[in-house]
Amino acid sequence: MTEEPVDVLIIGAGASGAAVAWSLADTRMRIVCLEQGGTSNPSDFPSAGRDWEARRSSDFSISPNQRKRPTDYPIAEDNSPIKIVNFNGVGGSTVMFAGQFPRFHPSDFRVKSLDGVADDWPVDYATLEPFFEQNDRMMGVSGLAGDPAYPPKGHDHMPPLPLGKAGQAVARGFNKQGWHWWPADVAINSVAYDGRDKCINLGACISGCAQGAKASVDVSYWPHALRAGVELRTHCRVREITVGDDGMATGAIYYDQDDTEQIIKAHVVIMASNGVGTPRLLLNSKSKAFPDGLANSSGLVGKNLMLHPYAGIQGIFEEELDGYKGPHKGIQSQEFYETDLSRGFVRGYTYELSRGSGPVNTALTGLSKGRIPWGANHHGAFRKMYNRTTSIFAVCEDLPEEHNTVTLDASLTDGHGIPAPKIDYTLSDNSRKMLDHALARGSEVLRAAGATDILTTAPLQMAGWHLMGTARMGTDPQRSVVNEWGRSHDVKNLFIVDGSIFVTSAGVNPTSTLQALALYIADQMKQRLANLFD
Amino acid sequence: MSNPFSEQETQSLLILVGMIIPASEEFGVPGADDETIFADILKSASPHHSTLAGMLAVLDAEGGDDIAQTLRQSQPSGTALLEKLTVESYYRDDRVMRSLDMETRPPFPKGFDLDQGDMSLLDPVRDRPVFYRKQHDPGE
Repeated sequence: MTEEPVDVLIIGAGASGAAVAWSLADTRMRIVCLEQGGTSNPSDFPSAGRDWEARRSSDFSISPNQRKRPTDYPIAEDNSPIKIVNFNGVGGSTVMFAGQFPRFHPSDFRVKSLDGVADDWPVDYATLEPFFEQNDRMMGVSGLAGDPAYPPKGHDHMPPLPLGKAGQAVARGFNKQGWHWWPADVAINSVAYDGRDKCINLGACISGCAQGAKASVDVSYWPHALRAGVELRTHCRVREITVGDDGMATGAIYYDQDDTEQIIKAHVVIMASNGVGTPRLLLNSKSKAFPDGLANSSGLVGKNLMLHPYAGIQGIFEEELDGYKGPHKGIQSQEFYETDLSRGFVRGYTYELSRGSGPVNTALTGLSKGRIPWGANHHGAFRKMYNRTTSIFAVCEDLPEEHNTVTLDASLTDGHGIPAPKIDYTLSDNSRKMLDHALARGSEVLRAAGATDILTTAPLQMAGWHLMGTARMGTDPQRSVVNEWGRSHDVKNLFIVDGSIFVTSAGVNPTSTLQALALYIADQMKQRLANLFD
Repeated sequence: MSNPFSEQETQSLLILVGMIIPASEEFGVPGADDETIFADILKSASPHHSTLAGMLAVLDAEGGDDIAQTLRQSQPSGTALLEKLTVESYYRDDRVMRSLDMETRPPFPKGFDLDQGDMSLLDPVRDRPVFYRKQHDPGE
């Protein structure tokens, strides 16, 4: 069935799709968003049940390959030490993110000029700053002004989240080392905000927030976008973007919730399907005009995948900490963020507090790390760890390398027979050195904080949260997929607004920056409506 | 889902989970082989019958004094699965939760309290000059 063309078709209802939909809504254009997943019901989230920890490895796993919902697509990832994490549904991966909400730094947009690696971005911090501010207001951010690691931010946050016992212990460790730390910007309500109540410390942020205090975009942006007239169609999986004889995108072919093939025509198509889903769909959209995949004349669609290798450092303390109670995040340190070549690597990383664990995760960690045995000594060993463990994770900047790719798997398909993405990714020497540095310094700071035993892991395997770089932006069509305001070099009515367009990854979580970029691109589109395709 | 494990497999599983977490008088807790807890484990284990049955077959064949070590070496994924299923059921049992001073309820809707914390810990950091690099000042 074919319907009347819509003005704007957005593919994906996650962090960037929600932001661009809301921003464009004030144009009064007809905007339709197709989302392959459904809408989450907070009462279904694990924290509403006694089996909340167990469900993290089943229907609320962060891994689509483990979760295996009909709305998920499989990912061939044997050739990557870091596995892909996502959520397919309204809100996208923000449903399962921890809410850590740092911005990129000014230096992150100028890595070539400052450090001689990768490429500079075609936009800078100053250009994005008003959109960071706008996005913070839409999402709702708790934090504290005055962080010496950042330029001043131009709005009032909600008060910071509580430090808790774990946050205080780790903060003391940073102070003993003389290192920077600061209450993190977190997209979690510390007080009631925008019709959503404050955090009540459920301790299960990455399984969906039953309280609605975490600003997943299904509860932050989408209610506003829907009220403004955006149409959101769920359980609609796009198979390919269609193109006309003139080389312009004409819309998409998708499967609706009854698995019926549908065609939607659109004057503008916006990809917001994340750094794996977007290249997958572009590569699946081959035609006579685009035999190597849509918008791929540069050959860079699916290349330069960046994932943020994580180093995990757990400290076991004698004193009682917070355990599983409280939001996962709280404080961060950027002592080792900016480049210092004496460390043996270029660029840097952020330490983030990861507060604690429930009993199941504590026991499994102890069993796998040899700290908790089978048998009579299980109980004593368990009690030495339970409520007495906290962690810091280092989010390491991952530099773009063309051999790290998203391609189409030759045989694996989703439930609609659409070829699945295949990940080929190797850790660079620079990343390995950065991880080693983070493990060493992280162990020192947790010892200084009072930890009597340290457990380390790097890279964390199930930590491919941040999917970036696979359709990079730039001014040179030979070396980038979209231009400096998100429009495809090849297809002038095709835009990309998700993490695919990142030029570099910085050493922080990307959601704040990718949403600011989406708002910036929407603003550029609105300013250029009269000659959008010139 | 009905129990797909044979009587012998069930018995072997019962012994194994009791080896992972035995009862403790010292801590006043049941073992994972407690009737109620084991029934919960068995229910969770049913979808994984083929993996666990394969592991049990290897165990029967190889035996040995250090069963945990034997299993971890010869059946790492099956052993990790059994450990996971065991602790998931064990640590949601009311008796076990009470022994850990946990309230026997899910986190939502009541939630938990968290220490606000001492923000004066930030004082030395507040005194520090800004140290982010300006985007147009290489080398700063």
